[in-house]
Amino acid sequence: MNDILDGIITKYREKEGNVIFLLQETQDALGYIPEEAVNYFSEKLEIPPSRFYGVVTFYSQFHLKPRGKNIVSVCCGTACHVKGGSKIAERIQRDLGLAADGETTEDGKFTFEIVRCVGACSIAPVVLVNNSAYAEMSADSTSKLIKELKKKESSGTK
Amino acid sequence: MEQSEENKKKVVVRVCIGTGGLAAGGKEVIEAFKKAITDFCVDIELDFTCHYQKVGCRGFCARDVLVDVVDGDTSVTYQGIKPDIAKRIVEEHLIKGEPVKEWLIDASYYAFHAKQLKILLKDCGTIDPEDIQAYINVGGYSGIKKIVSAMTPEDVINEIKASAIRGRGGAGFPTGVKWEACRKAPGDVRYIVCNADEGDPGAFMDRSIIEGNPHSVVEGLMIAAYAIGASLGYVYIRAEYPAAVDRLKLAIAQAHELGYLGNNLFGSGFHFDVRIKLGAGAFVCGEETALIASIEGERGMPRAKPPFPVHKGLWGKPTVINNVETLSNIPYIIRNGAAWYSAIGTGKSKGTKVFALTGKVKNTGLIEVPMGIRLGEIIYDIGGGIIGNKQFKAVQTGGPSGGCIPAELLDTPVDFESLGRVGSIIGSGGMVVLDETDCMVNIAKFFLEFTQAESCGKCVPCRIGTKRLLEILDRITRGLGKEGDIELLETLCADVKAASLCGLGQTAPNPILSTLKYFRGEYEAHIREKKCPAKVCKDLLTYSIIEEVCTGCGACRRACPAGAIAGDKKKPHRIDPEKCIKCGACFDVCKFASVSRE
Ligand SMILES: Cc1cc2nc3c(=O)[nH]c(=O)nc-3n(C[C@H](O)[C@H](O)[C@H](O)COP(=O)(O)O)c2cc1C
Ligand code: FES
Repeated sequence: MNDILDGIITKYREKEGNVIFLLQETQDALGYIPEEAVNYFSEKLEIPPSRFYGVVTFYSQFHLKPRGKNIVSVCCGTACHVKGGSKIAERIQRDLGLAADGETTEDGKFTFEIVRCVGACSIAPVVLVNNSAYAEMSADSTSKLIKELKKKESSGTK
Repeated sequence: MEQSEENKKKVVVRVCIGTGGLAAGGKEVIEAFKKAITDFCVDIELDFTCHYQKVGCRGFCARDVLVDVVDGDTSVTYQGIKPDIAKRIVEEHLIKGEPVKEWLIDASYYAFHAKQLKILLKDCGTIDPEDIQAYINVGGYSGIKKIVSAMTPEDVINEIKASAIRGRGGAGFPTGVKWEACRKAPGDVRYIVCNADEGDPGAFMDRSIIEGNPHSVVEGLMIAAYAIGASLGYVYIRAEYPAAVDRLKLAIAQAHELGYLGNNLFGSGFHFDVRIKLGAGAFVCGEETALIASIEGERGMPRAKPPFPVHKGLWGKPTVINNVETLSNIPYIIRNGAAWYSAIGTGKSKGTKVFALTGKVKNTGLIEVPMGIRLGEIIYDIGGGIIGNKQFKAVQTGGPSGGCIPAELLDTPVDFESLGRVGSIIGSGGMVVLDETDCMVNIAKFFLEFTQAESCGKCVPCRIGTKRLLEILDRITRGLGKEGDIELLETLCADVKAASLCGLGQTAPNPILSTLKYFRGEYEAHIREKKCPAKVCKDLLTYSIIEEVCTGCGACRRACPAGAIAGDKKKPHRIDPEKCIKCGACFDVCKFASVSRE
């Protein structure tokens, strides 16, 4: 991991010392921001860890815990909300057995997230699976989608 | 006689790969066309060559995938195309010359466009956004070429002032005035920043413009930079818009290749370059001072104004921040002249505005209308009215900073002043249509949940005020509202508006105030009668089965996730109120309307 982090530090020095950039690169490479990474940066760059955590917790893009292999998100922006986004959210939680936004299944295969508008409001309500958008979803069609995903996952691991 | 490939006529198949187009399968449709052509080529020699063009959002996303077949001067548009229809179009239309009637666009497609006036969106959806030459072919980059050789920066500023264009990011500040202030600010380094944060959760104008016509934004940045005297520009764009980011990167790279970005542009001594900064997901970063903090790599907290960014902005230097749509208008103004632009629109609001028309209207999509058009025309003529012939209730404009406008005010012209007078704003251009099944208290609560979560926490009135407002709304929707809550909301709203540091807090109460103004009765019904007239607020509903109507089909029993419904086959069923979680699954699934929700 330290090699990756050193590479990021080199790029960071070229980028006018931008902490957000540093963290975005870290998350791209590792999928989340591990505590060890923050400590490593802190030591090498002589920046207190609190400055990193300040930024990490401010922006919703950053995650301090690893996320699942598949990210199933439902949009709860205004257009999706009025077309029943919250019913879909409830259904996903039920189908994946997750209690809240941001949780990951025990097997690490699925993370459920609520997002606020992905800019596809004319085809609301929208469900995203790993960044591909599914248009005009209902609770039932979402259940079907999740069933297929689960099937794909279990056959893939054999 | 065999024709050589070059002599054959060219047929262009143009496919929408905007967000709507992609989700509806735009890429698969292109592949299906390619495959169909290859398959036919095996047996017969085609007398044409087929070219594919990917275009950005064409606006009418409800009809995606939209496909144009352009054959010489004639262009035919198909709607709702799926991959399996591609083969038929190739066989019947491309080969035999007979368009496939049942998939052609219909009267509502024309109605959707009749009252629109497309300036920005005209090129979005016809030109290939991934090809700089396509933009150049429709006059692109002629504006910047014209000004660097024939106009001084002051001339450009005067032209933009004369056009009277006002910013599209929400506040409607006159763009020329902003540029002039920056140009006159002391200092030798200045910046131009394009605000592509688009935080309003129900709007996608900026995304569609960048995806469909990225070069117009780049040219707009160049013109602004020349006018204010900047040689570096930034585009601050949401990371949630990966396709837009890619398009923009490509556009910048192509502009570099052609020598449109870099040093000594067009031999004029003008240098300019653009960098992209990815937003990391915080609504408040759309606010200009917070955006500056975020580009500088910090927590995106707003700063007190003054000093304004035009005097002390990015890295402390004079900076102009303009919205995507504002900048995208600039090349068209320079090309066609200020007089052309200011002839469109109303007295104080010139030009066109792009709106994201969504919610309960039949025709959802991206529309561009002249300022001054009436709300009713947008909803009924362009939008085609309400889905399922339900009753229109309100239209929400301006997102979390805006308000809800009721049916009696549908005659209101859409311009900055008029929408302000009825308690809303144009905002960035979200327009969410609500019908009789939407609860206005719930809508107000929805927006407060948003602003409360997005409040950066720097100033107390916003951080704590939005939280208290949300708590009151929450208890009202749960049937725990008290006499006096409405008045309490009003007082608190006034305080939060007056005392907050930035626009987020200053406008956060608007959704509450406008719904209170026009739909006070709904608040009172929740508080006094413990009823939700639109039947949305769960805690105020009871589900039961009307025994006389129930056929005992069992559909509700199977649909109930809580096991709360019991009954014998072909006999009336019953809901156990203790077990019922009020999800409404039984209500939705019953074909005989025998589930009552009161
Ligand atoms: C909370 C908040 C969020 C904002 N979000 C955006 C946004 O997403 N996009 C935008 O262009 N302007 C946004 N603005 C307005 C900007 O502060 C600024 O006025 C605008 O970018 C100026 O550009 P214009 O003059 O071209 O309109 C926001 C303002 C506030 C207070
Ligand atoms: S509100 Fe869901 S995509 Fe915009």
